[in-house]
Amino acid sequence: MDAIAKAPRQSFRMRGRSFVALAFCPVVPIAGWLEEIDVTLARSPGFFAGKPVVLDLSAVDLSQSAIAHLITSLEQRNIHILGIEGVDAAHLTTSMPPLLTGGRHCLLAQNEPKKPEAKPKPISLLLDSPVRSGQSIFSEGDVTVLGSVASGAEIVARGSIHVYGALRGRAMAGSSGNAAARIFCQRIEAELLAINGYYQTAEEIDVALRNRPAQAWLEGSIMKITPLS
Amino acid sequence: MAKVLVVTSGKGGVGKTTSTAALGAALAQTGEKVVVIDFDVGLRNLDLVMGAERRVVFDLINVVQGVAKLSQALIRDKRLENLWLLPASQTRDKDALTDEGVGNIIADLRTKFDWILCDSPAGIERGATLAMRYADEAVIVTNPEVSSVRDSDRIIGMLDSKTVKAEKGERVAKHILITRYDSARALRGEMLSIEDILEILATPLLGIIPESQDVLRASNVGSPVTLNNASSAPARAYIDAVRRLMGETVTMMVPVERKGLMNRLLGRRAA
Repeated sequence: MDAIAKAPRQSFRMRGRSFVALAFCPVVPIAGWLEEIDVTLARSPGFFAGKPVVLDLSAVDLSQSAIAHLITSLEQRNIHILGIEGVDAAHLTTSMPPLLTGGRHCLLAQNEPKKPEAKPKPISLLLDSPVRSGQSIFSEGDVTVLGSVASGAEIVARGSIHVYGALRGRAMAGSSGNAAARIFCQRIEAELLAINGYYQTAEEIDVALRNRPAQAWLEGSIMKITPLS
Repeated sequence: MAKVLVVTSGKGGVGKTTSTAALGAALAQTGEKVVVIDFDVGLRNLDLVMGAERRVVFDLINVVQGVAKLSQALIRDKRLENLWLLPASQTRDKDALTDEGVGNIIADLRTKFDWILCDSPAGIERGATLAMRYADEAVIVTNPEVSSVRDSDRIIGMLDSKTVKAEKGERVAKHILITRYDSARALRGEMLSIEDILEILATPLLGIIPESQDVLRASNVGSPVTLNNASSAPARAYIDAVRRLMGETVTMMVPVERKGLMNRLLGRRAA
């Protein structure tokens, strides 16, 4: 028996893939065209850095040496040519980038730095009537309640919460990640206080604080409740 | 101008129906033309407390659905000729009520009566929301205990948001009626004090109805307490409340039972 096992032949795999490249279309005079590139580079030096660039020579009729000169000039500006299109293969040497065909036009994704969107300033909410049991108040900013917050009511604010009456319900400040938010109330009888996800229930709140003006804030991951004096 | 007044509470068993009957009768005794409507469809009781249970032919649902005319469903009280009852249906449930149907009935009643008292069912669902929907004023019946007070607070919130008046940007006038108040227990600190209740609810007080056997006695004989024994402590408290509803200024006090000498002696000994 033939003991030599045939090593399985490794198949050589290739896949087709398409990428988007910038196509440069030089126009005569080449020197003037290069100057324009220099202007662009002066404005944003890294504009072409690392971008695939294809040279489209269909608009000009250049000799082999002129093409070589053009490629060198671009390389001096740190622009590396990935391929050339729109030219007869006879005009290219083996040391030049390969000739590309079948390029299709496509829209370039603009990745100019986006203007920072004018964020609407968080509006604070003022409530001049008591918050009743079962009511749920939400605000993007601070909430100020002139009356009391009843047991069974809840106030959720991205900012701080101020209650000028008794706080008997739930108060959740800094609801979407704001550790600097605080809760203030004239009388603390709250069912639950929460800041930035850290919370204390009525049971955990110091009995000595009950019925007194108090504030709650975060110190690291510990909620502190102290009397307001 | 007709006034629509809802008697509501959120919590059950606090005395809404008793209070509706007592306030309705007391209002009628002042000469006002009054109708009391039972919104507790499926669990009607107002007819019993009013002593009209044997005269119910058509009910609120029949009128809402157009089966009967309003005049056919209204029952006139035998004792007071300007007091009427619109009973609820016992065989249906609250889903049979429609916003439009209730609205039409209330609009119709407004042309015929001075006061329209809506006896709300407990809870915050359809029956309760439709009972308060068209109200101009509200009496919130509260017992001196935390669960009742919290439920009242919830109802006040709904009066400020779910009523037609609130949706138009107006306010429903709200009054707190504290019922089943026991001054002896309150003194011992076994009940929420009046001050605490009013502080929590932040709503003006209409009256304090003392806990009394007279209330139960009146209900059992099918008579509003203000008619059954007008000189009893709860009846006097309801009559005072009605005078306040009509705009009079009446000093707030907790009426006490008038006890005879023997009772007092016995009462002391027992205590």
